Amino acid sequence: MALQSLDIKQRSATTTPTPQARQTVEIAKLIDVSSCIGCKACTVACMEWNDIREEVGTCSGVYDNPVNLSENAWTTMRFSEVEQNGKLEWLIRKDGCMHCSDPGCLKSCPAPGAIVQYANGIVDFHQENCIGCGYCVTGCPFNVPRISKTDSKAYKCTFCSDRIAVNQAPACAKACPTGAIQFGSKADMKDYAAKRIADLNERGFDKAGLYDPEGVGGTHVMYVLHHADKPSLYAGLPENPGISPLVSLWKGAAKPLATAALGLVALGSLFHYVMKGPNEVSKETEKEVEEEDKA
Amino acid sequence: MTNHWVDIKNADLVLVMGGNPAEAHPVGFKWVIEAKKNRKAKLVVVDPRFNRTASVADFYAPLRSGSDIAFLGGVINYLLSNDKIHHDYVKAYTNAGFLIDDGFKFEDGIFSGYNEEKRSYDRSTWKYQLDKDGFAKVDDTWQDPRCVYQLMKAHYARYTPDMVAKVCGTPKDAFLKVCEYIAETAAPNKTMTNLYALGWTEHSVGSQNIRCMAIIQLLLGNMGMAGGGINALRGHANVQGITDFCLYAQNLPGYLSAPTDADVNRQAYLDKRTPKPLRPGQMNFPQNFPKWHTSLMKAWYGDAANKDNDFAYEYLPKLGGASDVLATFEAMYHGKMNGFFCQGFNPLGSVANKRKVSDGLSRLKYLVVIDPLATDTSEFWKPHGEFNEVDPAKIQTEVFRLPSTLFAEQTGSFTNSGRVIQWHWKAADGPGEAKDDTEIMAALFLKLKEMYAKDGGAFPEPLQKLTWAYRQPAKPAPEELLMEINGKALADVTDPKDPTKVLAKAGDQLGTFAHLRDDGTTSCGNWIYCGSWSQAGNNTAKRDPADPSGLGQTPNWGYAWPVNRRILYNRASCDLSGKPWDPKRTVLKWTGEKWGGNDVPDMRPDAKPEENVMPFIMNPEGVGRLFSRELMADGPMPEHYEPFETPLDANPMHPKNPKATSNPAARVYKGDMEAFGKAKDFPYVATTYRLTEHFHYWTKHSKLNAIVQPEQFVEIGEELAKEKGIAAGDRVKVRSNRGFIKAVAVVTKRIKAFDVDGKKVHTVGIPIHYGFKGVTKPGFITNTLTPAVGDANTQTPEYKAFLVNIEKA
Repeated sequence: MALQSLDIKQRSATTTPTPQARQTVEIAKLIDVSSCIGCKACTVACMEWNDIREEVGTCSGVYDNPVNLSENAWTTMRFSEVEQNGKLEWLIRKDGCMHCSDPGCLKSCPAPGAIVQYANGIVDFHQENCIGCGYCVTGCPFNVPRISKTDSKAYKCTFCSDRIAVNQAPACAKACPTGAIQFGSKADMKDYAAKRIADLNERGFDKAGLYDPEGVGGTHVMYVLHHADKPSLYAGLPENPGISPLVSLWKGAAKPLATAALGLVALGSLFHYVMKGPNEVSKETEKEVEEEDKA
Repeated sequence: MTNHWVDIKNADLVLVMGGNPAEAHPVGFKWVIEAKKNRKAKLVVVDPRFNRTASVADFYAPLRSGSDIAFLGGVINYLLSNDKIHHDYVKAYTNAGFLIDDGFKFEDGIFSGYNEEKRSYDRSTWKYQLDKDGFAKVDDTWQDPRCVYQLMKAHYARYTPDMVAKVCGTPKDAFLKVCEYIAETAAPNKTMTNLYALGWTEHSVGSQNIRCMAIIQLLLGNMGMAGGGINALRGHANVQGITDFCLYAQNLPGYLSAPTDADVNRQAYLDKRTPKPLRPGQMNFPQNFPKWHTSLMKAWYGDAANKDNDFAYEYLPKLGGASDVLATFEAMYHGKMNGFFCQGFNPLGSVANKRKVSDGLSRLKYLVVIDPLATDTSEFWKPHGEFNEVDPAKIQTEVFRLPSTLFAEQTGSFTNSGRVIQWHWKAADGPGEAKDDTEIMAALFLKLKEMYAKDGGAFPEPLQKLTWAYRQPAKPAPEELLMEINGKALADVTDPKDPTKVLAKAGDQLGTFAHLRDDGTTSCGNWIYCGSWSQAGNNTAKRDPADPSGLGQTPNWGYAWPVNRRILYNRASCDLSGKPWDPKRTVLKWTGEKWGGNDVPDMRPDAKPEENVMPFIMNPEGVGRLFSRELMADGPMPEHYEPFETPLDANPMHPKNPKATSNPAARVYKGDMEAFGKAKDFPYVATTYRLTEHFHYWTKHSKLNAIVQPEQFVEIGEELAKEKGIAAGDRVKVRSNRGFIKAVAVVTKRIKAFDVDGKKVHTVGIPIHYGFKGVTKPGFITNTLTPAVGDANTQTPEYKAFLVNIEKA
């Protein structure tokens, strides 16, 4: 039996019903962009806890290092210099998996059990089941998953599911010195966000608000933004993220057709086997191929 | 810090100027965020760059690097001319009404007593008028034209908002907005905290930058208050401890000024350092100097320091001249030094003008580097491509590298910016042959002692007679050292008022420096640390987070010097009658019998309010100084001077007096003066700084830090970039009159051109941190560029304002 917090709610390419008996609390990380100083303690804590090391890169003319998410960098800071009405702002956003309630990655994944969603809301990749097809990359509205150049598996933020399972906060939240990354139940995080938004309103940010986009059923990583009306100011945070219509088609209306098609292929194969027997490669052919390879 | 880290949460306004805590102190910065979240505090940032702190500020105002005094002088003028001062406080607790000597003058940028040839002042007129009893004369009506209030008002009347805009390049409306924020805290129940760091100290007027803020905080009545004070944010986790132990030759531990050639005997030495009160009834706490010094000599020499030999005064080295870092490398450069011990210090990276440092190191016979890392300094002689172009064949310096353990591999104490001493326990053994610094020092000492015993020497006693009563002489334990520093009673210490009452028994660890004596019956290695290891044990190891006041005082978490006091000058948080100015943030109050409240009183505990014992007990006048008498090298009231490398032709405050262009009292060595660049060749103002991703020159050796900030860069504004055809990511070459570096260009909106005195001035921002050793991309030493000139008082080099040129590499 899995740990309660890791009860599985959804599993990629699987129709087996998931456990329902236990009432697990939905969790969330709240990233208060208005309290973030871009110190990257979260980035370092993430690499330390998860035993990943991005390469020592180069400076590309901005503060963003690691320059992008990768199989070895599951979170990174995006720095945006924004000038509006003569006022300069340096908007710094921690980028990484949003842990959508309706995860595009999971929906598009064809490998059974490679992507799971726990009852607490975490979307986690199980690399041992991953076939490296990259559909999750296409399916993600936030451009988060990355395929490893080493093992061709997909990687991204796990929400430190191993820490959560033993009642510890995610490494990034634990390391954040200013309390810009808060962690708790989703309900508590929304309450906390409401207070921060009221404070920002008082400081003249009329459009401050919570980023918890409906298009993906809400997320388990949410942002407090000073300019919630313009998320794109924050290094292109999507205004209205949603799952690609192709994925919806593939997994939605078209799914029975696809399943039928798969079934037909399987049936055809069976007939082929019965009629023609197994394909066997003769020793000679094998040797020929080996020699060709050497050449 | 006069206050402490957690206390920042009590502020109504956090003014960050001369520092960038979000960048350099991200962990402590959480208290700024707490103040914003829970107290609705405002955060205002004044800086040449829109930095990480500015990114979460309520208001940001730009100013040209090196013009802080013009800005702050403008604030003083605003407060005085708009009468935004805390009158009762200023009247009672400052020297506003004190009368100043008639000979004191300030003319065309120069104070009275200037000697141009020596570049120094005869400060004899910078003093109070005294009455027949030797007390300062005071005019409580502030009407006398010679009173500090009137002199100060006249002095700063020149710092108009227009003048501020002209000198600093700060838009006038932005300057006035900052003034409004600051002025609000003149209300008795409002406080501003000021956070600064090297952005103020690393100027040729560094100490006077801080003096300006001292004046402002006194005028606003913010000293001694919770959420107030002047708060120097220290860099390294224990740099406060280093300062307290005075690893500067000018001082002995506990800020006791070291003897010089002029102090011919102990009495002369003590007399000069033991002030007489300047107002009746004041505590004049430094009158205890002989107790502190005698106890120190007892700690160092034990029985070998006694009444018969002037407490071993002759064993102390006497300073014959300057011995600060610039003076040291000046002497080394001229071949006047044979050997150099370099412990926990990477001068090739850290000291101004790398070429001079490198040449100096090349002229040594030997260099000993004691460090956990293979520092750039330890390989100053080794060619590292264009990053370190040297010819080892021409360098005869013998280099010894003694690997030491890192702080996490040692047990000991850290003293943080807020003066809180915290014990820490070793987490792991050091690698390989690494030894604790104390073990290395002990080995050196014991060997020298042995050599003296065997071979003799001219004057062996100072070394031979040092106490060394450690259980393992080769390995003094950190616990033994702190106990020794704390000090103990060598005989029964009795109450002067009642000799039958024993305050500390012979052999006891002392509980407070109030028990120190000048007759040789106590020992103490650093008077301000007295009480840290009392009879109760190691108080720095206390870890009780309880905070009964809710102000974050946590009296049983570690031990704050002095005497576990968390907020200095806390008597000033109450009015004359002993009632707190802000009862909601009571630090101290008069209970009717004694001083009580939420801190250790910075006052004689039974001093009745009507006795009028004033809060600034370390000053012989008992009050805070708006006019600093003869105590600063470069003037009793701060005045704006240009950096030694200025983009302007003259000081806009004194355009016709070239003597007043840059700090007239700053020391400049021959050769260094010639190495200053001129604006026609080097038109841009450069300023150096740290990045949050790195710590000094250490973390370039650490992979995780290297990943998040891998390569040296410089920052320029979009306008300059366009002018020079530089795009973000291009490699650029930055030159000063002392050398060049190459780095990647970061082109940013966060650095804007300044309009200074009708001239457009661009800023080039240059992080330090990089070098040729480590796992970051190999880089140049930023201090190749910086000038070897320092603050007139501390000799801290002017790393924050100098001239460069920039081009595409």
